[in-house]
Amino acid sequence: MQDWPLFEVFIRSKNGLSHKHVGSLHAADAHMAMQNARDVYTRRNEGVSIWVVEARHITASDPEDKDALFEPASDKIYRHPTFYDLPDALKHM
Amino acid sequence: MTNTLSLEDRFQQRIDNEEKIEAKDWMPDGYRKTLIRQISQHAHSEIVGMLPEGNWITRAPSLKRKLALLAKVQDEAGHGLYLYSAAETLGAGRDELLHQLHTGKAKYSSIFNYPTLTWADIGAVGWLVDGAAIMNQVALCRASYGPYARAMVRICKEESFHQRQGYDILLTMMKGTDAQKKMVQDAVNRWWWPSLMMFGPSDIDSPNSAESMKWKIKRLSNDELRQRFVDMSVPQAEILGVTFPDPELKYNEVTGHYQFGVIDWEEFWRVVNGNGPCNEERLAARVQAHEEGAWVRDAALAYAEKQKQRNSSQVA
Ligand SMILES: [Fe+2]
Ligand SMILES: [Fe+2]
Repeated sequence: MQDWPLFEVFIRSKNGLSHKHVGSLHAADAHMAMQNARDVYTRRNEGVSIWVVEARHITASDPEDKDALFEPASDKIYRHPTFYDLPDALKHM
Repeated sequence: MTNTLSLEDRFQQRIDNEEKIEAKDWMPDGYRKTLIRQISQHAHSEIVGMLPEGNWITRAPSLKRKLALLAKVQDEAGHGLYLYSAAETLGAGRDELLHQLHTGKAKYSSIFNYPTLTWADIGAVGWLVDGAAIMNQVALCRASYGPYARAMVRICKEESFHQRQGYDILLTMMKGTDAQKKMVQDAVNRWWWPSLMMFGPSDIDSPNSAESMKWKIKRLSNDELRQRFVDMSVPQAEILGVTFPDPELKYNEVTGHYQFGVIDWEEFWRVVNGNGPCNEERLAARVQAHEEGAWVRDAALAYAEKQKQRNSSQVA
């Protein structure tokens, strides 16, 4: 038998929060993936909204590129408010 | 300096630093293979584990018990799915994993090759079998492989209800007639030793353990987990008013642990190797369910294909 395609499942746990990846499942199509995601990942009120997306549509960064992608940010401490040493008397800033 | 380290060394360093390994990260072949075997065996156990309990759903003594048992068995199906998905992130195919189960090439927990003879067995399974599983799974929430550890966290959250509903069944029966109390004791007598065997061979006979511990895909040894389980269970048995079938079981003041008799390892290996009371029945039921569901899987694919064509012709 041909495997059903793989879907990744994202759930918004409550109103006001972002969707978060929770796992994956196989389904014949997106409609069935949605129904299965409900049964597999939200049996105990884990969510108020579900996204399913076929895994092959996701482009992921390569772990090998980690340094090239994320290293440049680590020495830019002036992007953080704590970099600026201001008088204690200064309020609301 | 770090450039001179081999890939293996760097990998081990990450593990030693309690970093999680993710699906696309480099990993030694042995790590990948051992994980696929461990995770898929675990998944198979969840799936086969539905059979001994499923057989009591229609015979549960009340609607409340039936609902709870149904929910528990559904959870176990979910646990199997979380774990199959985790194994797939390592490159294993779902079909291949199922094939290994159905042809008897893959193992699952031997505990599910014992029969559930009376309603008290459902209580004893929840209390002892799920209890032993929890002991094992809580430790695995800290496993080094991210997708596995995350699946374990979900599973553990759901498991505690399983154990409590089992204990609650027994507690209720212990308030009943003499026949009911006897039934509880009988079930506990039959499930105690097989539950202790769930933790696997003794550390001295478990040659692959050292590597798994080094890779942190096993966090505590078989004997350590087994001892914790015994220490936890004895006071629970006292509250329930039952005894365990082990004349050597007693508290050791010096060690602070309960010491227990020798496990019948011959029985353990007999069941692992396919000659337990229900091995054939379990596998046959699983294969039958899979084969009889084939037309549903095919129909769903055909339907999805048809919908896709219909949608694309509407767009055109
Ligand atoms: Fe489970
Ligand atoms: Fe369970």
